[in-house]
Amino acid sequence: MLAFLLRRVIQAAAVLAVVGLIAFAMFRFAGDPVNQIVGPDTTVAERAQIRTDLGLDDPVLVQFARYAGNVVRGRFGISYQFRQPVSQLLAERMPATLELAFCATVFALVVGILMGVYCALFRDSWLAGLFQAVSLIGISLPTFLIGILLIYLFSVTLGWLPSYGRGDTVRLGWWTTGFLTASGLKALILPSVTLGLFQMTLIMRLVRAEMLEVLRTDYIRFARARGLTTRAVHLRHALKNTLVPVITIAGLQLGSVIAFSIITETVFQWPGMGLLFVQAVQNVDIPIMSAYLLLVALIFVTINLVVDILYTVVDPRLRLSTGRAA
Amino acid sequence: MSRSALKTLARGVSVGAVVSLAFALPAQAANVFRFAFQGDLKSLDPYSLKESFTEGMQQAAYESLVTLDKNLKFAPGLAESWETPEPTRWRFHLRKNVTFHDGSPFTADDVLFSAQRVRASGSNFTTNVPADAEFVKVDDFTVDMVLKKPNPIAIAQFPTWLIMSKAWSEKNGVVQPTAPNATSPSYATLHENGTGPFVIAEHQPGVKTVFKKFDGYWGKVESNLDEAILTTIANPATRVAALLSGEVDWIDPVPLQDQQRVNASGTAIVMAGPELRTIFLGMDQDRDELKDSSVKGKNPFKDIKVREAFYLAIDEDTIAKRVMRGQAVPSALMIAPSLYDRGAEFKRPATDLKKAKALMAEAGYPDGFSLTMDCPNDRYVNDEAICQAVVSMLARINVKVNLNAQPKAKYFAKVLAPNYDTSFYLLGWTPSSLDSHNILYEIVGCRKPGDKSGRGSWNLAGYCDPKIDTIADQVEAETDKTKRDALIKDGFDVLNTDWGYIPLHQQALAWGVSKKVHLTQRADNLLLLYWVSKDPQ
Repeated sequence: MLAFLLRRVIQAAAVLAVVGLIAFAMFRFAGDPVNQIVGPDTTVAERAQIRTDLGLDDPVLVQFARYAGNVVRGRFGISYQFRQPVSQLLAERMPATLELAFCATVFALVVGILMGVYCALFRDSWLAGLFQAVSLIGISLPTFLIGILLIYLFSVTLGWLPSYGRGDTVRLGWWTTGFLTASGLKALILPSVTLGLFQMTLIMRLVRAEMLEVLRTDYIRFARARGLTTRAVHLRHALKNTLVPVITIAGLQLGSVIAFSIITETVFQWPGMGLLFVQAVQNVDIPIMSAYLLLVALIFVTINLVVDILYTVVDPRLRLSTGRAA
Repeated sequence: MSRSALKTLARGVSVGAVVSLAFALPAQAANVFRFAFQGDLKSLDPYSLKESFTEGMQQAAYESLVTLDKNLKFAPGLAESWETPEPTRWRFHLRKNVTFHDGSPFTADDVLFSAQRVRASGSNFTTNVPADAEFVKVDDFTVDMVLKKPNPIAIAQFPTWLIMSKAWSEKNGVVQPTAPNATSPSYATLHENGTGPFVIAEHQPGVKTVFKKFDGYWGKVESNLDEAILTTIANPATRVAALLSGEVDWIDPVPLQDQQRVNASGTAIVMAGPELRTIFLGMDQDRDELKDSSVKGKNPFKDIKVREAFYLAIDEDTIAKRVMRGQAVPSALMIAPSLYDRGAEFKRPATDLKKAKALMAEAGYPDGFSLTMDCPNDRYVNDEAICQAVVSMLARINVKVNLNAQPKAKYFAKVLAPNYDTSFYLLGWTPSSLDSHNILYEIVGCRKPGDKSGRGSWNLAGYCDPKIDTIADQVEAETDKTKRDALIKDGFDVLNTDWGYIPLHQQALAWGVSKKVHLTQRADNLLLLYWVSKDPQ
């Protein structure tokens, strides 16, 4: 297990370095940051001076090496637009993104599994047909459009839910949470549904397919023959065995949910890291862009690792085989 | 769940942590104005970014010696009055009994300090105060500004030069302005200490900024607000939805396609008015051969006939009516008519395709030519659509334009100094001094390599007529308004006879405003909270 972990950490470091290098190579195509951070009256000479001071005239490799050196020492630089430390800006925005990702994932898992199980057990019912139709919408409509449609229905037309932001938040140390206020909870609903819809349909379809497969296997037939209740057969035996691929998908998708909450955050003006990143791209705020990309890479690497470990918990066969390999 | 239960729950969960529940505020008492802008309020340091929205927000908390009234005319601010006892000496009589938000009194020392800080390295407002001006303290409430030579517009940019407290700046280590290339954060970017009618109680960059009424304000304030909360909403559809659902009381801008819907909503209206910014087209007259053009060995724009043909072929009336849906005022000048008293004397030449074709033939391009046009697509209202219209209009005189529309970050990197890498481009400009001299100097003035004066620094087209430079210098020193306006007219006449630039229009402002809110919209597009009132619930 220890060797396994060590190998993973080395892999993670390599992934991060590559992500950083690619990011730096691409920043040159994002435009010139200097014109975004000064007003029209700034002279050509002053602009040139700022460019030099920020080190933007250096070759990409030099810039990257300097950045990597700072990152290793825990310095992520100062945002060009806000003139605040990037680490502080990201830390302020992180709770918003994580809470949103958490709610979206819970929504996707709970609703997805329930709908999937229902569709597998009652294949021919009209409700299953409806669920399938809904899942088709969720998988084919772009997130952006779903968000706008939800806003127009629930905020503008019905006036039930807020169209933007997090509502009132409560500060617990460095973390800000929307879970403790009514407006914070209300503000979570639309973005979570928008963000989780795609995952929900994915999980629902997966659970349905896996469940149908499992229900045909011998041990289920045997369980029925033993006279177990339908409930026990379906939930304890069948469902449990469909969950391995579901965990894989949900885990891997959690990374996507965090990383690609960019669109949902933009639509709902959700003050998370994704929104910060989008604004940084528009203003060529290189320190924010690079820190965000590194962070997302780190999240993906970590999640993959956790999923691998969870596998061994859920499936004893994997535990045995890794035990032998180590 | 009841409010008190929530409060108890929150307290229970956060032992030792700071709990700031909005619910804890006394209900119903506060008159809160919520507003959303497309961009961020990036810094509270009043000398770090020259950008109109930021300036407007900072002016809620900070004040200037000289301010602008609702019609953009000078009005007393922290200076009760001022006079020019001699052409090179301006005397300002400061207001007494003014206190900063931290309670310390405002005196002449703060003016002297601010004059120094605003011109220090790293400030984005160095041009607001004349570089040669020396500030002399006469007594605690009188300050003289001594100039080297007479300058009638010496105080033109004073309204955006905000006064900071000397003691506070020294105490918090922000004597130097927050520079764009700063390597450490500055206290002044997140905190303010002005003399204005509002205190910034909370500032989360890019998320939310809370303004609260300053009880110790020296003057009477028109606004009846207790609190104002700014949020960024970058997505246009969400911004409009937030206004229509009543979650915010003001948004800027309202996209052109949503304006009818906002007006039809019954709860909000679009306040439109001509903005000061002029949108225009520039033609590279500097290079000997255009970049990416079918014409080799020469630059067609150096031929005045080609420039006139371009001007006459572009149908600005159609652009204003169709592309801008009526939300633009066609312009014959490079400056908004409201900023120049004789602006109305200029008429835009009518579109004349026949003449344009004839001119092209005379110039030796009966079959036209091709070139590339640079255009931003996220900077001005419908900027890319305007460029597309221009492309199709020029096709009528056989000019094939390849449109290169890109985000502002890329666009400005390409077209601005030092490369001026463009043959034909669209740009918008508001003179920061609100005066024609700025146009004659920065946009139209001759650009010379190695010139550090700033003349022609935004003359991306490299247009040059030395006559205008002479006139601009005269305009700068002329103190008699009639003579000065006549000189400015001469300057613009030279430019127009040369067909040096193609002014298009002044785009319209588009604020979405709840019907509960009453405010003043000034043509410089600054939202000034002290003129905002809201009907109490």
